[in-house]
Amino acid sequence: MLHGLTRTVGMIRSFVVLFIFALSGSAGLFADVAKPQIPASRGDQCVEPVEIMRRNHFEFIVHQRDLTVHQGIRTKRHSLAGCIDCHSTKTAAGQYLPVNAEGEFCQTCHTYAAVKIDCFSCHAAVPTEKISQSP
Amino acid sequence: MTRLMNCPDPSPAAPARRTFFTQAGVGVALLALAPGVRLVDLARARAEDEPVTSANRWGLLIDTDKCQSGCDECVSACNEEHGIVGHGRPETDAQWIRKVDLKDDQTGHELSIPVLCQHCEEPPCVDVCPTGASFRRDDGIVLVDKHICIGCRYCMMACPFQARSFIHEELTGQRTHAPRGKGTVESCTLCVHRVDKGEQPACVEACHREGHDALVFGDLNDAEDQLTKLTRASATRELRPELKLNTSVRYTRF
Repeated sequence: MLHGLTRTVGMIRSFVVLFIFALSGSAGLFADVAKPQIPASRGDQCVEPVEIMRRNHFEFIVHQRDLTVHQGIRTKRHSLAGCIDCHSTKTAAGQYLPVNAEGEFCQTCHTYAAVKIDCFSCHAAVPTEKISQSP
Repeated sequence: MTRLMNCPDPSPAAPARRTFFTQAGVGVALLALAPGVRLVDLARARAEDEPVTSANRWGLLIDTDKCQSGCDECVSACNEEHGIVGHGRPETDAQWIRKVDLKDDQTGHELSIPVLCQHCEEPPCVDVCPTGASFRRDDGIVLVDKHICIGCRYCMMACPFQARSFIHEELTGQRTHAPRGKGTVESCTLCVHRVDKGEQPACVEACHREGHDALVFGDLNDAEDQLTKLTRASATRELRPELKLNTSVRYTRF
């Protein structure tokens, strides 16, 4: 009974989504939402291809955090500190801006996607130590 | 005492050396046949991508004769290392180490000792934690995984040493190596970020810098370690021994 209901609701939702997409295609419903302007980063390339990072960066970070906290594995490749090291920008006065400040690397996409970042209530959002880059 | 330190019984030197050579020979042969398989696990620094194991058990020895009353360099160094700043509320401000002054009323003998997380082998904070946030790492360091800490503070009530603090305020300016945040419990990590790099905890360095050398850090599982030699050579005690927690922090001349 419940399963049937869920399926019906799911089908209705699919139709609604399709309808909105059809609308947006013709009337440009989402056109007024500006794409995030991502600040430039240091380094030649990211630790993973950009498309993979956009979709899965949180998976890498969560996986790494458990390894680091519980097993003491401190590889640099997927470390949050490594992200901040490359993706933070400086003011004209040479001060680092937090990556979760408005318009900065993390926040600009998270504002666009309307996803709250929790990392920086505990973690430093500016590089405070030089992290050596290793593959 | 023997149970506490996990010290192997000292056996006669010659047979031990002979056994070692035999095993080493077999080990080398095996190494040649199958890389990665070792019969004799050699003492070595852990690589960055290797997990901690129970081959190490990190501990701290505090010499109460050398610890000076009125000196709180270990506390300041700890605060500096982890970015711990008070809010003028001593009852709730975070405190990973505190200096405790003791006096024997009978004899008038006075002591000043640092009290911190004792890194128990049987930690009560781990027993009571409802989420698994409070845990003991395989190398004996007791930590809080703040990602899964819900701030219930059961561990603070369970700890016989009042070693844990709760963060009441929103924080800014945290150190990269020491994430701290509102709504979680924290305590001495034995400077785990330093230990993982093969360095000494900040308090131990500070005590050495002051010329007191009251704190010795080391590996209780390594028979050749300075800490193990000291704990074997003279009597040491743990705080609240009746609780049978088998702490990794020990006090001597106390």
